[in-house]
Amino acid sequence: MNRTEKHQREPLIHITRRADIPLAKAWLIRLAAIVSALIVCSLLIVAITNYNPIEVFVKMAEGSLGSPRKLMFLLQELSMLLCISVAVTPAFKMKFWNLGAEGQVLVGGLASAACMFYAKDSIPNALLIFLMLAAGIASGMIWALIPAVFKSVWGTNESLFTLMMNYVAMQLVAFFIMVWVPNGSNVMGIINMNSQNGWLPDLFGQKYLINIIIVFILTVVMFIYLKYSKQGYEISVVGGSQNTARYIGIDVKKVIIRTMLISGAICGLAGFLLVSGTNHTISKELAGGMGFTAIMVSWLAKFNPLLMIVTSFLIVFLQRGAGEIATAFRLNTSVADIITGIIIFFIIGCEFFINYKINFRTSKERREAKQ
Amino acid sequence: MIIKTIFAFINAAIIQGIPLLFGATGEIITEKSGNLNLGIPGIMYVGGISGIIGGYLYEHSGAELNPALCILIPLLSSIAGSVLMALIYSFLTVTLRVNQNVTGLALTTFGVGIGNFFGGSLLSFFGETGSISLMTTGLCFKAKLPLYDYLVSLGEPFATFAETFLSFGFLAYLAVIIAIVASFFLKRTKAGLNLRSIGENPATADAAGISVVKYKYLSTLIGGAIAGLGGLYFVMDYTGGAWTNNGFGDRGWLAIAIVIFAIWRPSMGILSSFLFGGLYILCVYIPGLSSSTKELINMLPYVVTILVLVIVSMRKKKENQPPASLGLPYFREER
Repeated sequence: MNRTEKHQREPLIHITRRADIPLAKAWLIRLAAIVSALIVCSLLIVAITNYNPIEVFVKMAEGSLGSPRKLMFLLQELSMLLCISVAVTPAFKMKFWNLGAEGQVLVGGLASAACMFYAKDSIPNALLIFLMLAAGIASGMIWALIPAVFKSVWGTNESLFTLMMNYVAMQLVAFFIMVWVPNGSNVMGIINMNSQNGWLPDLFGQKYLINIIIVFILTVVMFIYLKYSKQGYEISVVGGSQNTARYIGIDVKKVIIRTMLISGAICGLAGFLLVSGTNHTISKELAGGMGFTAIMVSWLAKFNPLLMIVTSFLIVFLQRGAGEIATAFRLNTSVADIITGIIIFFIIGCEFFINYKINFRTSKERREAKQ
Repeated sequence: MIIKTIFAFINAAIIQGIPLLFGATGEIITEKSGNLNLGIPGIMYVGGISGIIGGYLYEHSGAELNPALCILIPLLSSIAGSVLMALIYSFLTVTLRVNQNVTGLALTTFGVGIGNFFGGSLLSFFGETGSISLMTTGLCFKAKLPLYDYLVSLGEPFATFAETFLSFGFLAYLAVIIAIVASFFLKRTKAGLNLRSIGENPATADAAGISVVKYKYLSTLIGGAIAGLGGLYFVMDYTGGAWTNNGFGDRGWLAIAIVIFAIWRPSMGILSSFLFGGLYILCVYIPGLSSSTKELINMLPYVVTILVLVIVSMRKKKENQPPASLGLPYFREER
C-alpha cells in the first residue's frame, strides 16, 4: 500500500460537536457517569479493604444522613459550600477564572473576627453583627477587586493572580492570629465565649438555621439575577465573546469589575457566616479548601445556582459519608478526597459525550474508502 | 560566625528549592503546550508516595538490599505514579476537552488524598503500626558525591564550599540538569519550537502539520514525571524516607508560583527556586523576629510572584508573556 492511499482512508473515529441534545439524554449520560464512578469506587474499596462495597455505601449514607443532628451538620456544610459556589459563579460565567474564593472567604472571615475581637462587649450585639457583616463583605470585595482591576486594565492572568492571593490571605490570617494570641499557641480560641457577642443567634433552637436560610435566599436571588436581569445577560455575553460584547456596546471592563465585586462580596459574606454563625473563631483553615471545591460544584451544575444545591449536596454527602466510613472501617479519612476526585473525574469527563458526538466509521464507508 | 550562618542558609535554601525546581520545570514544560496543569501539587504528592510504596515493598520483600535497586525501584515507581496522574489530566483535557482548571483542581484533591491515604494506612495493610520510615532507602538517596569527601579532606575553604553546594543526594543535581536540558530543549530544538508554537496557537501549529494531541500528551506526561520527582526528593532525601501526612505542605502551589516568577523559562527557574526556597525558611535564619513578623515574611514569595505577574503583564513584552493559549482546550473543528 502506498502513502497516498493510506491518507485517503476514513479515520476509524470521527468527532463532531453536537448542536443540541435532548435534556433527558444529557441527564442519562450524567447518571451513567455517576453510576460508573460509584462502580470504580466500589472496586477500589474492595481492592484495598476487602469490605463489601454496598455495606460501605450504606454506612456512608447513614453517616451523613443518619440522625437529625448529622443532617443539620450536613445542611450547614452544604450551605457554606453552596454559598461560595454561588459566589464564584457569576465570574465563571464571564470566563473570569476566579481561583481566589478561598482567599476572599478568609479575608472576609478575618475582618469579621477582627470586629468581634476588638469590640468585645463594648457595643450591642445587633450593631456588632451588622459591623462584622459590613467589614466581611467589604474586605471580600477588596480582595476580588485587586485582580479584577489588573485583569481589565492590563490583562493580567487572573487565575494565577487570584491563586496567589489565597496564600497572601492565609499568611495574613496567620499574622493576625499571632498578634491576637501572643502566647504562641498558634490557635485562636472561641471569641467572646461568655457574652456570645457577635454570634448569630439560634433560630427555633437550631444553631445553623440562619446560615442555611440566608444562603438559600441568596441562591434563588443569584439564579434570578443571572437569568432575568440585564446585568446577568451582560455577563453571559462577555463570557461568550468579549468582542461581541464590545461590538454591541457593553463596557467590558465595567462588567468584569462589577461582577468580581459581586463575587468577592458573596465570598466575604461566606467568611462572615463561617465566623459569626458557625465557628466563632478564625483559623487558616476557615475555608478548608471549599474555595476550590466550589469551583467544581459550580462547574458541575453548569453555572446554574439552583442545580448547585444538588451538586454541592453530592460533594458534601460524599465527604461526610467518606469521613464516616473512614472511622467505621478504620481507614484513613483521606479516602473521602479520593472518592470525591474519582466522581468528579467521571462527571466532568462525561460532559464530552454531551457536547460531542462520536461517529464510528461504518463498514460501508470502509468499503468505499478501499475502492 | 555570621558567614557560617550565611552558608548554612544558602545550603538550606537549595535543599528547600530542589522540590520546587522539579515542580516548576515540570509545570513549565506542561504549560508550554498550553495545558495549565493545576494538578501539579497533587502529582507531587503521588510522586512522593509512589516512591515510598516502591521502597517499602522492596525493603520488606526480605531480599538482600542492593543500593542500586534501593534507588531504582522507588525512582521508577515514583515516575509511574506521576505519569498515571498526568495521564488522567491529559486524557480529560486533551482527548475529552474538559475544562483545565476544574480538572487540575480535582487532580490535586485526588492526589493529596492518595498521598495521605496510603501514607496513613500503608503500614496497617501489612499489619504494622507506627509511621513509615525507610532508613536504608533514605540513606541511599542521601548518598553524597565522591567529590564531596575529597573536597572536605582538603580542608578550608574547600570544605565549606562542599558543605554548602555539594552536600546533596543525586536527585538535587538531577533537578538542575533537567532544568538546563529543558531550557535547551525549549529554546534550541525543533521539537521545542513545535511545542512552544502549540502553546501559542494550536490551530496554526496544527495547520503546519504538527500533531497537537501528541505534543500536548507528551509534554504533560513528561512534565508530570519531572514534577513527581520533586515529591520523591522530598520524602527520600529531605525527610530521609519518612512520610508525614500533609508534610509536603503547599510547596506544589509555590512551584506554580515559580513558573510565573521565572517567566516560563526553566533556566531562570533554577535560581528562582533557590530564591523561593530561601524565602520559605528565611524567618528561621533572621534572629530576634517575633512570631507574627515571621508569618509576614512567609507571605513574601506570593507577594513577589504577584508583583512579577503584574509587571510582566504591564510591560507587555512578547517574549515574557504566558503561552497565549494557556488554559484553553483545542478542537480542530472549532473556529
